[in-house]
Amino acid sequence: MKAIVLMKQTPDTAQLSASMDGLKLMAEGGPRIVNPWDEYAIETGLTLAEDHGGEAVLLTMGKPESTEAIKTGLAMGCKGATLLTDDAFENSDSLATARILTAAIQQQGDYDIILAGKSAIDGDTAQTAVQVAALLGIPYLGYVAKIEAIDFDAKTITVVRAIDSGRETVTSSLPAVVSVLKEIGEPRYPSFMGIRKAAKAKIPEMGLADLGLSADEVGAAGSNVQWPEVTLPPAQETQLELIEGEPEEAAKVLVQKLLAEKVI
Amino acid sequence: MDFSLTEEHKMLQKAARDFAAERVRPLIREYDPLHKFPRELLPEMAEMGLLGVCIPVKYGGAGFDYISLGIVSEAMEWADASVRETIAVHTALNSLGIFQWGTEAQKQKYLVPQAKGEKIACFGLTEPGAGSDVAALSTRAKKVGDTYLLTGEKMWITLADIADHFLIFAKTDPEKRHRGISAFIVERDFPGIQTGTIEGKMGVWTSNTGWVRMDNCEVPAENMLGEEGEGFKIAMSCLDNARYTVAAGAVGIMRACLEASVAYAHQRETFGKPIAQHQLVQQLIANISQRHDIGELLVQKVGWMKNMGIRNTRETSLAKAYCTEAAFASASDAVQVHGAYGYSSEYDVERHLRNSKAAVIYEGTTQIHQLLQAQYALGFKVDKPLRRELPPYDAALWG
Repeated sequence: MKAIVLMKQTPDTAQLSASMDGLKLMAEGGPRIVNPWDEYAIETGLTLAEDHGGEAVLLTMGKPESTEAIKTGLAMGCKGATLLTDDAFENSDSLATARILTAAIQQQGDYDIILAGKSAIDGDTAQTAVQVAALLGIPYLGYVAKIEAIDFDAKTITVVRAIDSGRETVTSSLPAVVSVLKEIGEPRYPSFMGIRKAAKAKIPEMGLADLGLSADEVGAAGSNVQWPEVTLPPAQETQLELIEGEPEEAAKVLVQKLLAEKVI
Repeated sequence: MDFSLTEEHKMLQKAARDFAAERVRPLIREYDPLHKFPRELLPEMAEMGLLGVCIPVKYGGAGFDYISLGIVSEAMEWADASVRETIAVHTALNSLGIFQWGTEAQKQKYLVPQAKGEKIACFGLTEPGAGSDVAALSTRAKKVGDTYLLTGEKMWITLADIADHFLIFAKTDPEKRHRGISAFIVERDFPGIQTGTIEGKMGVWTSNTGWVRMDNCEVPAENMLGEEGEGFKIAMSCLDNARYTVAAGAVGIMRACLEASVAYAHQRETFGKPIAQHQLVQQLIANISQRHDIGELLVQKVGWMKNMGIRNTRETSLAKAYCTEAAFASASDAVQVHGAYGYSSEYDVERHLRNSKAAVIYEGTTQIHQLLQAQYALGFKVDKPLRRELPPYDAALWG
């Protein structure tokens, strides 16, 4: 079994402040982390590898400093990684990014499943994984909360997806692109032995020429979406009111207040 | 001179700090009022490699250096003293003792499962009547054939009720003071050993502290660590390792107190402005910040000396004494920054203040360390080479 995990390094949005807005953080660096949603994809790949044999490998498009995030994935247990990096990739939108990832996947040889987090916490488009599936011409299973059954010999997968109206169980052929939610399983901590191996690892890189892409397919030239300005959402004014008293009485007061505010 | 951490160190630090923030601190906040030992953390710590962080891979460890032992100690005590105490006792006092003084057979039998975290180990030196005055210990070891019979009681033993293995110090020659002490590796299953928990501590409520009672406890002669009469030197060398973790942990307390105080000072307003704008509050925060940075430098130096294989008894003693007193003062200052809220268990600084008092007493009181420092300065004490020194860190040998 071979799982390819699409992993992105993102700014640490918990560190964002009014003095360091999102655009500045993305452009000038700052605290960066593995996209938290992708940690769940890594965990899924590692669990599949443990349960079925085989390996999970990472595929990342980003700046050279993305190796830091890649090494975290390796320390968690991924067996290999490729960094897709080139000045020409700068300012790629999700479709251009998907073209780059797809070209790299097509050079990876046989694979059984492609995993991704449901979205990235920076752009938050949730488009890249589905666009990769479309470009590869394989099924896309989005917002997966649970892998109900998987058979790599029969090349089938049954998953539980979260949808607006509840949950649905879907069976698909493999290979497929699967984007996962938190419920899929808590990501493991990197092991110290894994850290020692990862710290020494040399991450192979691929650029525009290696992937056989032309400059007008990637970067700003290959993108329809531009990001002229990125700002923090306005701070929300909140008020806290503690309702004193016994739980039964407090609940009654709470209901009255919620009704008055037209919340219920 | 290079103060920067290696990439490996930075990754280790991040993993340890993430674990402390996401797993350890929430559990401690829940268990501290219940005085409950967070036993479920042990398999998780073992899985990560925390329990054998600086032990070579061939002996079951993660193969990091001694600086890394300081890094994880600092990260754990940022959350709570008790988890760092587990590392101090299991890894520094016991496992590194076996690594330094043990035979190959002892390393294979005891160090390997300990470094993997499959067995938990503790250290039995202190007695009801022998703390700082180690030579006054009264536990006896009498040789009968191929067995030593140990009789006596140990007190204030961290992990007493948890540990599978004990490193027990007993007198094989009661006529001699410290030269009559020998060290023994004792298993919980050996006949004649009992343990119990001590209640009523001021702090470190989630740490298991107890007593160990031995009544003709049968220990095979092959379980003597080092040579007969070498126990005092072994104990002191183990303390050099554990005191380093205590000092590093105290730096973690200071980081926690600094972070909490800074956050609170920005958020809390009095007289129409955040208290961070009041100069006397700034003074408290400056003091914590200053102590933290001084302590960090002392700890880093000891870690470097250990890596280089340079004897560090004086420097470790200095770091332990300074950092623990600085952590106690910083926790007190942090409570002061928080005002009445700091005096409440709702805020971590209250717990840090209670916890930090313990560390100025255990592993040598501040006063014992002051005497040591004076003896070194006055030339009354000079460290002599040991028969077996703690091996300097060698990445190739550590695996």
